[in-house]
Amino acid sequence: MYEFEYHRPSKLADAVKLIKSKKEGKLMSGGMTLIPTMKQRLASPSDVIDLSGLGNAGVSVMKTKVTIKAGTTHAEVATDAALKKAVPALAALAGMIGDPHVRHRGTIGGSVANADPAADYPAALLALNAKVVTDTRTIDADKFFKSLFETALRTNEIIKQIEFEIPARSAYSKFPNPASRYAMVGVFVADFAKKGVRVGVTGAKGSAYREKAMEKALSADFSADAIAGIKIKADDMNADIHASAEYRAHLVGVMAKRAVAAAK
Amino acid sequence: MPAISMTVNGEKVCGEVEGRTLLVEFIRGNLGKTGTHVGCDTSQCGACVVHVDGKAIKSCTALAIACDGATVNTVEGLARDGKLHPMQEAFREHHGLQCGFCTPGMIMAAIDIVKRKGKKLKEETIREELEGNICRCTGYHNIVKAIQAGAAKM
Amino acid sequence: MSDTGIGARMLRKEDHRFITGKGRYTDDINLPGQAVGYFLRSPHAHAEIKKIDIKKAEKAPGVLCVLTGEDAAADNIGGVICGWMIHSKDGSPMKAGPHPVLAQGKVRHVGDQVAVVVARTTAQAKAAAEMINVTYKVLDANVDPVASQKRGAPKVHDVASRNTVFEWEIGDKDATDAAFSSAAHITTLDLVNNRLAPNAMEPRAAIGSYDEGDDHYTLYTTSQNPHVARLVISAFVGLAPEHKLRVIAPDVGGGFGSKIFIYAEEVVCLWASRRAGGVPVKWVSDRSEAFLTDANGRDHVTKAELAIDKDGKVTGLRAKTIANMGAYLSTFASSVPTYLYATLLSGQYNIPSIYAEVDAVYTNTSPVDAYRGAGRPEAAYVVERLMETAARELGVDPAEFRAKNFITTFPHQTPVIMCYDAGDFKASQNKAMEMIDYAGFEKRKAASARKGKLRGIGFSNYIEACGIAPSAAVGSLGAGVGLWESAEVRVNPVGTVEILTGSHSHGQGHETTFAQLVSDRLGIPADQVAIIHGDTDKVQFGMGTYGSRSGAVGMTAISKALDKIEAKAKKVAAHVMEAAESDVEFKDGSFSVKGTDKKMAFGEVALSAYVAHKFPTSEIEPGLKEGAFHDPTNFTFPAGCHICELEVDADTGVTEIVDWVAVDDFGNIINPMIVEGQVHGGIAQGIGQALTESVVYDEGGQLLTGSYMDYCMPRADNLPSFRLAFTKTECPSNPLGIKGCGEAGAIAAPAAVMNALTNALGVKDVAMPATPQNVWNAMAHLREAAE
Repeated sequence: MYEFEYHRPSKLADAVKLIKSKKEGKLMSGGMTLIPTMKQRLASPSDVIDLSGLGNAGVSVMKTKVTIKAGTTHAEVATDAALKKAVPALAALAGMIGDPHVRHRGTIGGSVANADPAADYPAALLALNAKVVTDTRTIDADKFFKSLFETALRTNEIIKQIEFEIPARSAYSKFPNPASRYAMVGVFVADFAKKGVRVGVTGAKGSAYREKAMEKALSADFSADAIAGIKIKADDMNADIHASAEYRAHLVGVMAKRAVAAAK
Repeated sequence: MPAISMTVNGEKVCGEVEGRTLLVEFIRGNLGKTGTHVGCDTSQCGACVVHVDGKAIKSCTALAIACDGATVNTVEGLARDGKLHPMQEAFREHHGLQCGFCTPGMIMAAIDIVKRKGKKLKEETIREELEGNICRCTGYHNIVKAIQAGAAKM
Repeated sequence: MSDTGIGARMLRKEDHRFITGKGRYTDDINLPGQAVGYFLRSPHAHAEIKKIDIKKAEKAPGVLCVLTGEDAAADNIGGVICGWMIHSKDGSPMKAGPHPVLAQGKVRHVGDQVAVVVARTTAQAKAAAEMINVTYKVLDANVDPVASQKRGAPKVHDVASRNTVFEWEIGDKDATDAAFSSAAHITTLDLVNNRLAPNAMEPRAAIGSYDEGDDHYTLYTTSQNPHVARLVISAFVGLAPEHKLRVIAPDVGGGFGSKIFIYAEEVVCLWASRRAGGVPVKWVSDRSEAFLTDANGRDHVTKAELAIDKDGKVTGLRAKTIANMGAYLSTFASSVPTYLYATLLSGQYNIPSIYAEVDAVYTNTSPVDAYRGAGRPEAAYVVERLMETAARELGVDPAEFRAKNFITTFPHQTPVIMCYDAGDFKASQNKAMEMIDYAGFEKRKAASARKGKLRGIGFSNYIEACGIAPSAAVGSLGAGVGLWESAEVRVNPVGTVEILTGSHSHGQGHETTFAQLVSDRLGIPADQVAIIHGDTDKVQFGMGTYGSRSGAVGMTAISKALDKIEAKAKKVAAHVMEAAESDVEFKDGSFSVKGTDKKMAFGEVALSAYVAHKFPTSEIEPGLKEGAFHDPTNFTFPAGCHICELEVDADTGVTEIVDWVAVDDFGNIINPMIVEGQVHGGIAQGIGQALTESVVYDEGGQLLTGSYMDYCMPRADNLPSFRLAFTKTECPSNPLGIKGCGEAGAIAAPAAVMNALTNALGVKDVAMPATPQNVWNAMAHLREAAE
């Protein structure tokens, strides 16, 4: 690792001030991606601003809405009793990220800001029509995930929380990469009753995306059969040693059907 | 270099670290507690698992300075007054280790599983919960048995 | 049977230090004033080194020295060697290219070591390494072993035309061809035995320390055989004579073969310590480095054929194998695809004619050498996939087909060197079939089908040659060393015992099992026995641990030394009890005089041996210490039957192993608990090979599986619990009747999985590893049929 200066502000305003004042500063939440990247000497920030001192953690489940603060760990999301009742799919998703030790440190804010194409949360945020609230504005999930590791966040912008309406039912079905356990394909299905069904897919393409043909079919008939005939194109799917584009496209269909069947 | 302090295995310790010093480097290098191991560089093998403020984490993926003021427990702190922790005892009784390199991380992970999932553990639960710990010697067979037995005695 | 004797499930003596974090691995050792060695490695698979500019790096903060291949040449530091000579069928010796400890003129694989930086801290060393400017002329890479012999393929070593190390053969070609011409049925398989990364959880590490005062070197290293390391570094690398070099292999966190070999980094740490003026130099591999530089295993491409007559008897086996050696010949690389492989192609079967050809080739990939099983998993895979496939093609039950062809009388001379001395293959197969409820399989298959799963069952009836090995035999086959083992038994005046052994434990539990043998023989508790190993200053010589040899060879050496101890102690006892030596009996830890009530405990005799006040010293020397070397008379032949049952998710291609039965014949067993652990671990590695693991390079020789993000290690949730049982035929070639158990699981498992998987899918072959993607691809025919 290259040397850097470490900061751990306790107020958001200080964090903003710090990141703005440092030329090559980098924000760190759980550090589950940043630290390994720095260890490989692939990132060399002058300063690391650790957001874990902000105390910005917690899940609040209201009548129709959920807010999850950016510093909430995956373990906290996975085990939050109210969330498990309101949106069990999201709690389950959080419980599938990394491994128990990673879940104790990795946070929703860090994961969302990093926008790894194989991360789990992006599928959920898209399907849940979530809003990413930052220190300066609110961004719709649809506009947030741009491409590979690229989001709508401006330099120095800090995520405060994630918000979304509680769906009538939802489920996340994940096919993990056998080695890394990241999502090779993950499909999050959320049924908002009259407002329709949304389907978020991660792992399959350069960035998480919505499978709109499935959304249309499921909005009309929320059943696995309704999407059985939908052919997923392999054209712009990721391909690597673990899964060809064709195999990934196939898995999107299988995972979507399983998610629909499991939705509650 | 910034000075940090933490409570490790019940003992107040302090030391000077760089920003980039990893928690595992602090534990092994500064404190000389070499029971915590490093088996990979991509946060997967789990040989470095320790408890920070009561939770199992990978000490190879945490900055020491970020753990300033924390309570840290390593494998060396499990036995009390010469008496082994039930999970240590179970690993021995059930031959849950061979070369011993993954063992400290396994034991720390196992204790964390019990904290979260209780003392009555199904084989399937244990296997799932060991996702972040790799062993090359045992085929996990006896590790699973050891954790099941150790959990029941905790 | 006592609680600590032979056959007892005694808990391990070594465990206490490991479960309390007090193990002492190489990286846990820090010498005063120690500096860090960091290797600059080639980013290219194949390139000429035009220039290395180290000026800036040498002046970087904290740097003690920067060394390159030129410095090694100037200091006469020789390269590392391959210690097993193989001759091609035309009689020519194998073509061993140079393997300098730091690249000289050329790099031959990604990760090849180009320079070493010795600095005060790792960060300083890494920073300085970034300042080294290497000018490369990048060459085309030769990555595919099958294409490497073709005209125009990039040449890895000048000495090896067509990149061919050797073209070796074994068996009777004419007789085998004749068997095939008269065969009623021929089964043919094209098999790839995938390349594996050993992945002992402790990465390799070394500390080299040069003492200027005594002109003496000490090396701490992660080795399975420290004495062989010392021999090679002395006699071949020429760094220091053996009496000036101490090699210590302390606790070693797994080996699986990968820590047998003598690697460049160990040599460089020693040499760099001298160059740095006696500052100890420590190098610890990180996992990414391990993926690039630890010797890999397997990597065979084989065309295999089986000839069967009209009665369903196998009459011949033919195999043509291309074995990838990587960029350099590692320490024992040449022996693996030859004498450790093709000599086992008879399997458990009476096959009158066998002929195998093996071409070993260089590629621009990391070296390939022995990995758990070493050659024998490849052989078992060929034989067992052929047997299963042949049975299916003939429409006969695979178990019956095997039984019909089993060797049933011993000794049995196969057509490929090995003489099997004992076994009962039918017994292990019957037991395994009973345990898995073979008859009930169709019912279980139907139940799986109702859940939408495809269920399959597969056998693997493996045999291996272990207890490596008679020195005369391996010498005649090209080994540069003998493969005996040594032992020394030191009895202390109070009757406690120290055993010094040339075997090395890196997870096998020798501190326990060896103590059990002593406890059993001397009638003393096992906790009064200490096992000392892994230090060339303490143990005079030894050949180390690999090839499931520590029980059959290492313990036999101890047993022979114990014979001598008993004889000497009898002499002492006879003298003290004033009896004739022939009247003294030793039983349950005490010496007694026949027909009298005179008795002495073992400890009393030991004390007498050291007190020696009234010894007739012309007849009895004081003291109680004996040594022995044991050279076995034959290999040992563990064998057994593993049956795998699995389910495939037809929608995703995910394979789940739902049951595993292993029935092994290891001869006598010292500690069943430890033996079972060895079997579990071996099976897991074999399942890893079959389902998850593979080292993959791209066309340019870049490693695509360079971390656990892409190299899929089996995890707890990939594996089932295993059901084990043993059958027993004692091994006649050693007094303990032991065959060995360390490699069995890894040898048996791949074929069992793949036979089960091909059974489930109804296909002839699926490439290993049968990842979900590969299985899904292999199911294309099922999807087409459904459409």
